[in-house]
Amino acid sequence: MIEILSSGALNSVQDRGRRGLLSSGVSRSGAMDSVALDAANALIGNERDAAAIEVAAFPFRLRFEVATTVAVTGAIAEARLAGRRLPPWWATEVQAGDELVIDPPTRGARVYVAVGGGVDVPLLLGARATDLKSGYGGHEGRGLKRGDRLALGPRPSGRLPACGIGALPPPGRSDASGPLRVLPAAEWSDFSEEASHLFVSVGWLVTAEADRQGCRFDGPELERERRHELLSHGIVPGTVQVPPSGRPIVQLAEANTCGGYPKIATVIEPDLWRLGQAMPGDELRFAVVSRDEALAALREAAEWLDRLRAETALYRVS
Amino acid sequence: MADDFILSDAGTGALLLDVAKLGAFDERRQARLLALADSLAGTEGIDDVVPGMNNLMVAFDPLAIGAGEIEHRLVEGWRAAVATGETGRLHAIAVIYGGPDLQDLAAGLGLSVEEVVGRHSGVPYRVAAIGAMPGFPYLSGLDPRLATPRRAVPRQGVPKGAVIVGGGQAGIMPITAPSGWHILGHTDFELFDPHRQAPATLRPGDTVRFIMAGVEG
Repeated sequence: MIEILSSGALNSVQDRGRRGLLSSGVSRSGAMDSVALDAANALIGNERDAAAIEVAAFPFRLRFEVATTVAVTGAIAEARLAGRRLPPWWATEVQAGDELVIDPPTRGARVYVAVGGGVDVPLLLGARATDLKSGYGGHEGRGLKRGDRLALGPRPSGRLPACGIGALPPPGRSDASGPLRVLPAAEWSDFSEEASHLFVSVGWLVTAEADRQGCRFDGPELERERRHELLSHGIVPGTVQVPPSGRPIVQLAEANTCGGYPKIATVIEPDLWRLGQAMPGDELRFAVVSRDEALAALREAAEWLDRLRAETALYRVS
Repeated sequence: MADDFILSDAGTGALLLDVAKLGAFDERRQARLLALADSLAGTEGIDDVVPGMNNLMVAFDPLAIGAGEIEHRLVEGWRAAVATGETGRLHAIAVIYGGPDLQDLAAGLGLSVEEVVGRHSGVPYRVAAIGAMPGFPYLSGLDPRLATPRRAVPRQGVPKGAVIVGGGQAGIMPITAPSGWHILGHTDFELFDPHRQAPATLRPGDTVRFIMAGVEG
């Protein structure tokens, strides 16, 4: 068991989310920065679909009631385990009674805390992810609060080296201004040439309306030349909608499964973590890529994770 | 013959087939789309087959199946799709009419409250699609006399069970959530239970009838 000592309602149990239920209106949910979640699970030898804690409200404190392992990834924040500072993207052994404290990030928005064996909340609709908007999944369908105790799955075999092990974040991660790569979407050509040029050439400011459902940007108005009404249609996380205000919204993990606003583009999956780590006031850019370039990025991300899992396995000794 | 559909990318892992004709919903095209959706469900590499209103989104794992393969299946599938003519399961949903918008809506349409209730409960609806919210049904078949633009400013918390209309569509709120549709009444009918394997009570293609169970002032 682990016990939450200090938390905010935005902190929740998350995994890779739900698939196959969009047609029932069930959002994918899952980690907003799935790269960081995957890395945390890889570092301690958890299954890929193990659930971890997504921390978006700080300071966050928890106590381990058992000896296990922990990995902390995602946003760059000071994390201390039993008073010892953990380097970023690091995993280590934990003693029963140890406390983990995570301070507000200096860069990024969300920290991921994975524990050996994963957080063992009930599997619901194929996942352990919390859907905060709709109130199901995860721990009692809600964010974590002080006093919550979470069960852990069986810890994977092997011990970490005494000093722990770290992961080098994937390439491109250190470049905070790296673009959100997009593929043009259904209404791309409804926008004026000037609008599509603006879309990819200006920096867009993340507004305060940024959460697990979506991220609303501020910037110049994108004018749509053809203004026909759209009927409701399925959407996926990453969909860049342009509502009547002319400023883009990117739909994210807990987005409604159907929408009706024009879609100018879709952020490719390997770049969605940038929106999970974006803070109000950050400036982000969009860059159009081809299908092949997007696929190459997806493959690169998958290979990075496979490599990390293989490498970290070498350091776990039984 | 010119193609009667538009196919577009929705990122690396999804495609959207749009068969709408200039924004007007077509019942027969929807029935064909639902037949196409059924034929695609369960295909290796396909994660989600999501019917919308005269459109169909297919989400897939692009490292397992190519977008070109999905495009081919969508295009060929649409050309070959035939409406099954099945009416799905029938759901009778008891409604207590009333609430904040009923009188204003009736007045705005030049109808009495009784006429609005009669027209709303007097016809069968088809579940065109499920989505937006967990278990939310997009119902087609609304009496055109009840079609009315959505509220200029959406309400923040339209309660679970609210029976609503917006534009030419009808629906029921499965959870309390924001909506710009007008409230005609409420029902206890449960639309969603995350503890069921199939969490949405209604399925596309099902038939819904609203039963007048009372009118509240």
